[in-house]
Amino acid sequence: MSETSVEIQPSSGGEFAREQVPSSKLKGWKSFLGMYAGEHAAGTEFMIGPLFLAAGASLKDLIFGLLIGNILAILTWRYLVAPIAVASKLTLYYQLEKIAGKHLVKVYNVVNGVLFCFLAGAMITVSASAVGVPFDVNFSVPENIFGLSSTSFSLIVVIVGIVMTIVAAAGYNTVSKFANIAAPWMIVVFAACGISALSQMEVDSWKSLLTEWDQSISVVQSINGKLEFGFWKIVIFAWLANAAMHFGMSDLSIMRFAKDTKAGWGPSIGMFLGHYMAWICASFMLAAQIKLTGDISANPGALAWSAVGWTGIICVIVAGWTTANPTIYRAGLAFQSLFSSKAKSYSGVILAGLVATAAGIFPALSGKLLDFVGFYGTILGPMGGVIFVNHYLAKKMNFKQDYAVEKGTGFNAAVLLAWVLPVTLGLYFIFAKGLFPAYAVIPCWIASSVLYVLIMKLQKS
Amino acid sequence: MKILKLISAVAIGGLILLASLLLFLGTIDASELKILTLVGTVLWFVVTPFWMKED
Repeated sequence: MSETSVEIQPSSGGEFAREQVPSSKLKGWKSFLGMYAGEHAAGTEFMIGPLFLAAGASLKDLIFGLLIGNILAILTWRYLVAPIAVASKLTLYYQLEKIAGKHLVKVYNVVNGVLFCFLAGAMITVSASAVGVPFDVNFSVPENIFGLSSTSFSLIVVIVGIVMTIVAAAGYNTVSKFANIAAPWMIVVFAACGISALSQMEVDSWKSLLTEWDQSISVVQSINGKLEFGFWKIVIFAWLANAAMHFGMSDLSIMRFAKDTKAGWGPSIGMFLGHYMAWICASFMLAAQIKLTGDISANPGALAWSAVGWTGIICVIVAGWTTANPTIYRAGLAFQSLFSSKAKSYSGVILAGLVATAAGIFPALSGKLLDFVGFYGTILGPMGGVIFVNHYLAKKMNFKQDYAVEKGTGFNAAVLLAWVLPVTLGLYFIFAKGLFPAYAVIPCWIASSVLYVLIMKLQKS
Repeated sequence: MKILKLISAVAIGGLILLASLLLFLGTIDASELKILTLVGTVLWFVVTPFWMKED
């Protein structure tokens, strides 16, 4: 998952939040390579990598599936997000406000904020798993999604959550600077964990690695039953793990600083470090643990401790903390619109921190990250379809571009319908029919785009 | 400033990444790796803020 530090102000404030980025502030595409390099090596990578193994993915499928999925994700940034970002030079939120109206954008912000809280909750769980290791507190994942782990683990989650909330409310910039310093170190520690895990498995050839991997899957399946996570499922997951950022156009807020559309290649290095190398290394750590102890639980703290000792513990805590912090902060800004103007500026952040901490207490939520990531993209992605239609098709199809601004309305019902109807249908298939959530992202995005065109044409706007 | 950058590079490139490769090759054992990576971590966080702040 990605966290970015260029633009963290969802709806108000921030640099050029309600105006085009001036040409003097534009950056070349190489700046974006560096900017994204550390952004995709987050605390959740420690959790997602092992989940592939636990879900029964073969190593060959993982290596080639992630390769293709990541390439598709980069192409989506390059050819979908970058052209619109460079042309409009506006944040997602301001662009959406011009189309949907300021009241509907508030609804979008709150939904976005709630989803951010669950993501931050998973990061708090990841950090707490590492804090627990020196105190011999292990976290177990209960079957029930709202089941609790041990009392001592829940207590650690609460303490970690409160500390992260206070820091997010009081010192965002300090943590942001610390995150920049930690990013190269984290990436190297991820690699070291993977290499150490190979050594623990006593791998000396590609063939022996495949054998160890397959044996680990056999152990998992002997306990959890037969599971399948095939090639195309991996491709789709890797492609859409950041769907909210590319299909959902959230990264317009970053790429608006681009001189030209080459900035769309910016996520390349970051994606292959975080969503390729880090996921594969983290999955090796679980394979090694299974070989050494037979334990199939994906406990990030214990896995990193086993691989590189205290460095691993520090890395899991730092990775969770530095990514949970901006996530809580962003969610807080989204929630701030719920408070009166007299409320303290940190009220939203405190509320977001409390919700994230409450979510972090339930370890099964972080154990469902593969599902959550797709769920997140399904809900937020379709708004990107509306922006796409507004940018490319509105004038060609003779309906108003930036409808809310043109009509002076605060609420464009066409956007609401184009967003809510496909998402409701997508959620129905996910929850009632058991559809893998990432599969719903692109159909919902296309449906929203088509619906927005149809409704706008029907109302002759 | 160059010397500080060099120390940072040695900290993560040598004491963390290279050390893990040496473990893989059987030159050092797991406990030595854990000590070396911790030393590399401390060095990185002590030295890097000086030059990264300047950059």
